[in-house]
Amino acid sequence: MKLALAALAVSLLMVGTAPAQDLPNTIKIGVLGDMSSLYADNGGRGSVVAAQMAVDDFGGTLLGKKIEVISADHQNKPDLGASIARQWFDDQGVQMIGDLSTSSVGLAVQEVARAENKLIINSGSASSDIDGKACAPTALHWVYNTVSLANGTGAAVVRAGGDTWFFITADYAFGHALQRDTAAVVEANNGKVLGSVNVPLNTADFSSFLLQAQQSKAKIIGLANAGGDTQNSIKQAAEFGIVAGGQKMAALLAFVADIHSLGLQTAQGLQLTESFYWDQDDQTREWSKKFFAKMNKEPTMLQAGVYSSTMYYLNAVKATGTVDAATIVKELKSKPINDFLIRNGHLQDDGMLVHDMYLYEVKKPSESKGEWDLYKLIATIPGAEAYKRPQGNECPLVKS
Amino acid sequence: MPPAPVLFAQLLIGLINGSFYALLSLGLAIIFGLLNIINFTHGAQYMLGAFCAWFLLTWFGIGYWLALVIAPIVVGAVGIAIEQLLLRHIARLDHLYGLLLTFGLALIIEGVFRQGFGASGLPYTIPAALEGGRNLGFMFLPIYRGWVIVFSLAVCFATWFIIERTRLGSFLRAATENPALVQAFGVNVPRMVTLTYGAGAALAALAGVLAAPIYQVSPLMGGNIIIVVFAVVVIGGMGSILGAIISGFGLGLIEGLTKVFYPEASNTIIFVIMALVLLVKPAGLFGRAS
Repeated sequence: MKLALAALAVSLLMVGTAPAQDLPNTIKIGVLGDMSSLYADNGGRGSVVAAQMAVDDFGGTLLGKKIEVISADHQNKPDLGASIARQWFDDQGVQMIGDLSTSSVGLAVQEVARAENKLIINSGSASSDIDGKACAPTALHWVYNTVSLANGTGAAVVRAGGDTWFFITADYAFGHALQRDTAAVVEANNGKVLGSVNVPLNTADFSSFLLQAQQSKAKIIGLANAGGDTQNSIKQAAEFGIVAGGQKMAALLAFVADIHSLGLQTAQGLQLTESFYWDQDDQTREWSKKFFAKMNKEPTMLQAGVYSSTMYYLNAVKATGTVDAATIVKELKSKPINDFLIRNGHLQDDGMLVHDMYLYEVKKPSESKGEWDLYKLIATIPGAEAYKRPQGNECPLVKS
Repeated sequence: MPPAPVLFAQLLIGLINGSFYALLSLGLAIIFGLLNIINFTHGAQYMLGAFCAWFLLTWFGIGYWLALVIAPIVVGAVGIAIEQLLLRHIARLDHLYGLLLTFGLALIIEGVFRQGFGASGLPYTIPAALEGGRNLGFMFLPIYRGWVIVFSLAVCFATWFIIERTRLGSFLRAATENPALVQAFGVNVPRMVTLTYGAGAALAALAGVLAAPIYQVSPLMGGNIIIVVFAVVVIGGMGSILGAIISGFGLGLIEGLTKVFYPEASNTIIFVIMALVLLVKPAGLFGRAS
């Protein structure tokens, strides 16, 4: 009897600790982003800092194993991003890759993750193909997608009377997805798309494209681009008197870093959709204060997303005792997700984290009380509305 | 085929971009002509010019017009220091060493600025006197863009005149041909080389100040434009002053037209032309075969 009890006790003990057997000696998290080019201030070094903050706040170790953050610059090249990801998964023992700004890179890395059955949590890519036709069982899309941007800014602008559109589109996966999803929303609201122009990524001079937009006589010039491209478009539109001439600009994706960089004088009155603004409430301010102490900048939604997803990942590993991608995804999908960034969140079958989005307007210089006092809240868009695809989802993981 | 007014507007825009290409390739051509160095730091010097204008405005309250004078002097002085401390020591070596050294310098300068100021750039507003624009009938031309064309044409002409039509210019051209002989006539060639490099850097900075109100003042601005400018210089003929100016404006026009007819290729068209020119005339359109 004594022996039986002892055996039971030992086996119970083993149940308690057994999951840890499945863990590697170091839990490695890879932050793969644009560290040096036009998107570097949206993610970049700030994303690495955010991931490290999550690790530190978690305690630095997980079930006795060390947690390590490594990072690399994909230079916005899909082939480079994919080969770094492959090397990280195969040789470096990386268990999860985050950030992944630039949709073309995000999509390429997603194929690597699919082939190797490894986990990626994408905070940076916007394209709705990540959780649409290219969706993968081990890929999660954490912060936003082009559908939610279209349902935010696009819908708001059409409803305010902006029913004819001309798109200036970044000529790669992201720009095309953003134009497609916004055009769908515009047309669903009885608006019309008059034309578009595809502009190579990282272009300095937009005046030629702005003139084409001007000549289209569309009421709204939709900027389906991001980062430095969006900044130059907005700045040069002001120079060419586009807004003064009665047309309006719609920045379909703009980060707080872009607006800060443009300055309120140029950016005032723009409406934009984000899932996070540092000065939204006490929770966002509290986290942003810690981030600011390290980076001397307020965080973007992308950087906040890297923290949030890393924290959820570490907790899921702790709860399941494994780094197996399918198990982690199952665990994360089984519970609601809520933190300083994600409100009313839940992961869909397609991997998209549906949560509330916000429509902001850029303040006038007279309304701003400080360098980073940039937005005022116009509307909260509930997740179900923000992530609703007018034409349904082609993702094979979605059970209809 | 777009209507004629649309084309006029696009050609004018092309000419504006061409004036940046011309100003930048001019400095490169001068430096290559005398120093035989392919100055990859040129983009960084252009960026330094724009930052200099921003520093002057933000930290000292000194506006655009003075920046147009001060920034080239400051960056020119930095250029002189670079020549004295670094380039001088590799002057006798193969081209490749100069290229690698200046390329490395450019990476360091850009890296330092990116570390300090981020990638997304800083705003610099158009000076009050050049704000607004004129409606030309076929387009709305911002006054500042018009100023850029006029000013850079004037600078290009002045530089061409100094080199081709003055006594100083004749020394420069002679030193390019045969430095030893010119030195034998009592001309201080090393000092001339130093000042030429400084002047080339100053031209880049001048273009940077001109660009500051149009683009964001960003650590990346030089790296983005320098590759195109190199293609412009190669097309014009390495070291040819007139070639640099004409191909700068000409390629701006061609690029402008590409943005209308096939915008997806607007970043590549100049390199396609470069490849074609190299096939037909390896020394460039205005270059002399050595």
